[in-house]
Amino acid sequence: LAHGAGGKASAALIDAVFLEAFRNEALEQLGDGALLPLPSGDQLAFATDSYVVRPHRFPGGSIGSLAVHGTVNDLAMCGARPSWLSAAFVIEEGFPVAELAALAADMAAAAAAAGVTVVTGDTKVVDTGAADGVFITTAGVGLVPAGRRLAADRVRPGDVVLVSGTLGDHGVAVLLARGDLDLEADVTSDTAPLAGLVEVLLAAAPGTRWLRDPTRGGVGTVCNELAAQAGVAVVLQESALPVRRPVGGACDLLGIDPLYVANEGKFVAVVPAEEAGAALTALRAHPLGADAAVIGRIAGEPERIVLLETSFGGSRIVDMLVGDPLPRIC
Amino acid sequence: MTVERRRIRVRGTVQGVGFRPFLYRQAVDLGLTGWVGNEGGDVVLEVEGDRSALDALLRSLRERQPPLAAVESVDVATVAPAGSAGFRIAASTAGSDPDLRVSADVAPCDACLAELADPDDRRFRYPFINCTNCGPRYTIVRAVPYDRPATTMAGFRMCPACQKEYDDPADRRFHAQPNACPDCGPRLAWTGPGEEVTGSAALTAAVARLTHGGTIALKSVGGYHLACDATDAGAVAHLRNRKGRPDKPFAIMVRDLAAAEALCDLAPAARTALTSPRRPVVLIPRRPDALGAVAAEIAPGLHELGVMLPPSPLHALLGADLDRPLVMTSGNLSDEPVVGDDDEARELLGPLVDGVLSHDRPIHVRTDDSVVRAAPGGRLQVVRRARGWVPQPVRLPVPADRPVLAVGAQLKNTVALARGGSVILSQHLGDLQHWPTAAAFQQAVEHLTRLARVEPAAVAHDLHPDYRSTAWARESGLSLVGVQHHHAHVASCLVEHGRTGPVLGIAFDGLGLGPDGSLWGGEFLLADLTGFDRVASLARAVLPGGDAAVREPWRTALSWVHRGLGEETAAELGPALDPRWAAVLSLVRSGRQPETSSVGRLFDAVAALLGVRARISYEGQAAVELEALARTGDATTAYPMGMAGDLLDPAPALRAVLAARAAGVPVADIAAGFHVGLATSAGQLAIRLADAHGVDTVALTGGVFQNVLLTDLLARHLRRAGLEVLLHKSLPCNDGGISAGQAAVAAAVLQG
Ligand SMILES: [Fe+3]
Ligand SMILES: [Mg+2]
Ligand SMILES: [Zn+2]
Ligand SMILES: [Zn+2]
Repeated sequence: LAHGAGGKASAALIDAVFLEAFRNEALEQLGDGALLPLPSGDQLAFATDSYVVRPHRFPGGSIGSLAVHGTVNDLAMCGARPSWLSAAFVIEEGFPVAELAALAADMAAAAAAAGVTVVTGDTKVVDTGAADGVFITTAGVGLVPAGRRLAADRVRPGDVVLVSGTLGDHGVAVLLARGDLDLEADVTSDTAPLAGLVEVLLAAAPGTRWLRDPTRGGVGTVCNELAAQAGVAVVLQESALPVRRPVGGACDLLGIDPLYVANEGKFVAVVPAEEAGAALTALRAHPLGADAAVIGRIAGEPERIVLLETSFGGSRIVDMLVGDPLPRIC
Repeated sequence: MTVERRRIRVRGTVQGVGFRPFLYRQAVDLGLTGWVGNEGGDVVLEVEGDRSALDALLRSLRERQPPLAAVESVDVATVAPAGSAGFRIAASTAGSDPDLRVSADVAPCDACLAELADPDDRRFRYPFINCTNCGPRYTIVRAVPYDRPATTMAGFRMCPACQKEYDDPADRRFHAQPNACPDCGPRLAWTGPGEEVTGSAALTAAVARLTHGGTIALKSVGGYHLACDATDAGAVAHLRNRKGRPDKPFAIMVRDLAAAEALCDLAPAARTALTSPRRPVVLIPRRPDALGAVAAEIAPGLHELGVMLPPSPLHALLGADLDRPLVMTSGNLSDEPVVGDDDEARELLGPLVDGVLSHDRPIHVRTDDSVVRAAPGGRLQVVRRARGWVPQPVRLPVPADRPVLAVGAQLKNTVALARGGSVILSQHLGDLQHWPTAAAFQQAVEHLTRLARVEPAAVAHDLHPDYRSTAWARESGLSLVGVQHHHAHVASCLVEHGRTGPVLGIAFDGLGLGPDGSLWGGEFLLADLTGFDRVASLARAVLPGGDAAVREPWRTALSWVHRGLGEETAAELGPALDPRWAAVLSLVRSGRQPETSSVGRLFDAVAALLGVRARISYEGQAAVELEALARTGDATTAYPMGMAGDLLDPAPALRAVLAARAAGVPVADIAAGFHVGLATSAGQLAIRLADAHGVDTVALTGGVFQNVLLTDLLARHLRRAGLEVLLHKSLPCNDGGISAGQAAVAAAVLQG
């Protein structure tokens, strides 16, 4: 259970089991995808992800569209232009064919919108109870143009941290879609393909250092990963974090912090300070970046720490959570 | 006449407290020869002379020590006479003894205060007057041995007059390390809008600002204070606004006991605490006829005031010049360490105030004011252990064979270092979630290990994985001893009394992680230092929204009503609690929320059900206000809990509370009845458990026992049944004492 929340526990699991077993140079980057050099000087980006979301449908998307967007976005975060996808389905015995067809249609539509083609796949049917309806695994490849490198080691104190839109929409939409909470809130998942928006960003801010999509674990977790990998401090401004009112209200009620809630159509970017203005203007001109905002800056100290500056001048530590957050107030 | 020579080693808090001059004067008076010096943290002397004179010296060493000394042991060995002539004070040597024996900071003594007020004295109105019996210590010490070069006074070169006092064994300032005067010592500086003055003009400027309703920051012993006229409602409200602190009570400072007496009912224990050289903030019941003597905004909803007498000569001057109660609150943001650095003060506090009264004696270790509660019956209980207590060691019931660092909890964090027979706690640090606190935590660890000159071999920590202290421990590379939160609470109470157990520990607090993954806080633990059995607890309720439920007690109220009185009652009650009641109720039912057996949360629930407080702005607010209300109520009707096996079930009490409220019983009476009911039920359960497990001692621990009313009711109940009751005294029952408990458990476990 604790390994599911996308924090320190899952990082530890990855380190202990998989990195250990498969150790190689490409994997050790621990990016969202692997970057593999091609003779042309371009790089091949290769990413994979499994999708197990419940419920299968939620306002704004489904497990089908998510399975396309998630992998396409992982490629985009490496600076790649995604081209091809594979899709593998683990289907629980008795899962309605009509529903499967609907999910496949979602995938097709999402792929078309993202400019990728599903070129191979696989299907397995397992006994009732051995899967939860349907699990989808996608893998994708794309090309990173020569000379483009987005990596934590390029991040410098003084750089600016941007987010491409509001926080927490996906996670809250899915939580509410489970239907067991007596809570009316107009919240739609933000699931969307980001490769186009990344191109917009890179055109406006060619010096962009680093990109990450804050999916599971949210902005808080990816900022912690950045702080650790780059050996810097990420200093966020509480008042600058864009959160839609119903999302904020739901988070408040649930006692969760939008900083740790999943997004499926947002990225966090670090850009040089002098390009931040241009980046923000360009992002905001794009429909997927309308709510883009500068949310903080990179500092040299305290190393490997994410801070949240509050309105009364306090600075709270945004932790990498070990598992599902437990109350800490005594 | 037989001439003998003895070598004497005195251990304890013996440095920086005038111990060598004390011995010097004794030896000279008795006609003895030899020398006395500091060695490591100890005082060592060799004395030669007539046996009866030697015996007299030893007698006075044991019986009449300098006021600030705390002797732990005196070792005497007979050595060969050396035929020495005269008695001298030897220079300090670093020695190899690992013990840290720096004194805590001490408020100005009477002799210094008299000189401060004496126009003919060369230190008349000099804000940095001190002597071997008083003055700053821990806050200015960089390293041991405690000598001037190792303090933040190193940069001040004594003038001939001061040097003469410092060198004269007969002088009250002999080897007083912070000795200073207006000619050679630290100076005041005032920075106001368009105004920069130093010396006595600085004090005049600050007094003028305070007189006219202004707010100032002033540099105290261990950090900055924020001050304003406590009788000026506008000034107090203004300070609350600027600090973003709507309700949490402010401490006030008054010039002397008489001024305190005008505001509060002073029991003898409160007098002793107020005038003690540790000079803490003392929480004292207000005088009903003097409620208007300070602004209502000082301590809204509370029956006590936090009162302090001047902790430094500077404060004494301010108190005398203004002659009215002053707000004297820590210059910090809530849950962060007090600001001690001058630049930081200007930057952080400057915008909050109308001027900064500073000086040029640096603070090396930021140390907040300590807070004690003077309970009826003369019991004193330390609520926040900092200035005046730190770094006084606390004796361990089981010695730490290997040095152990204990890193405490998350809120009210302290760290502790156990080595040999005692443990030293750091000053109160605050909430580790705040970066400045986390940084202070790191400094405290380094400072303690540097002063004690030991490298810890193990680190004791809480089981909560997301406490920053736990994370720090895991990354330290030291061998780990995980200590359950409430076991640490019980252990800290055992440490206070030099016990090892077994004991029945009643740990009532906010939240602490249990080994079963649920949040504990209403626990009956059969415990000794090495381990525990959870033999009973409060029943569990859902904490809808986790930390959000702590901030909003109405949620716990709804959750408890749902659990204890059912869906229907919860739905009936919901709309009166909060517009979001239905959503929170669905959260309670969802099965995906943490559960807790916390008594602190039960207090929250009752406070919310009685309309006392639905939402809090500082930790423990609802419970504190419920206690304040209960003290004004009539407790003839008690509201007991149910008993289901080894679970204390609050449902019957909640049902009775709601029925009483519906029947129009005054809420103060209900609040009182809840206290009595809880104390009675917990007492009955404890008596049964003690009997069943063959223990005759009960330890009351955990933050809930800051509640004096509950503590006294429960303790009385247990004592009537012939049980011995251990209560906290000098270690906080709240999470500030956790590090000491962790250290004691680790010491015991590692020895086993
Ligand atoms: Fe606690
Ligand atoms: Mg991914
Ligand atoms: Zn003195
Ligand atoms: Zn002088």
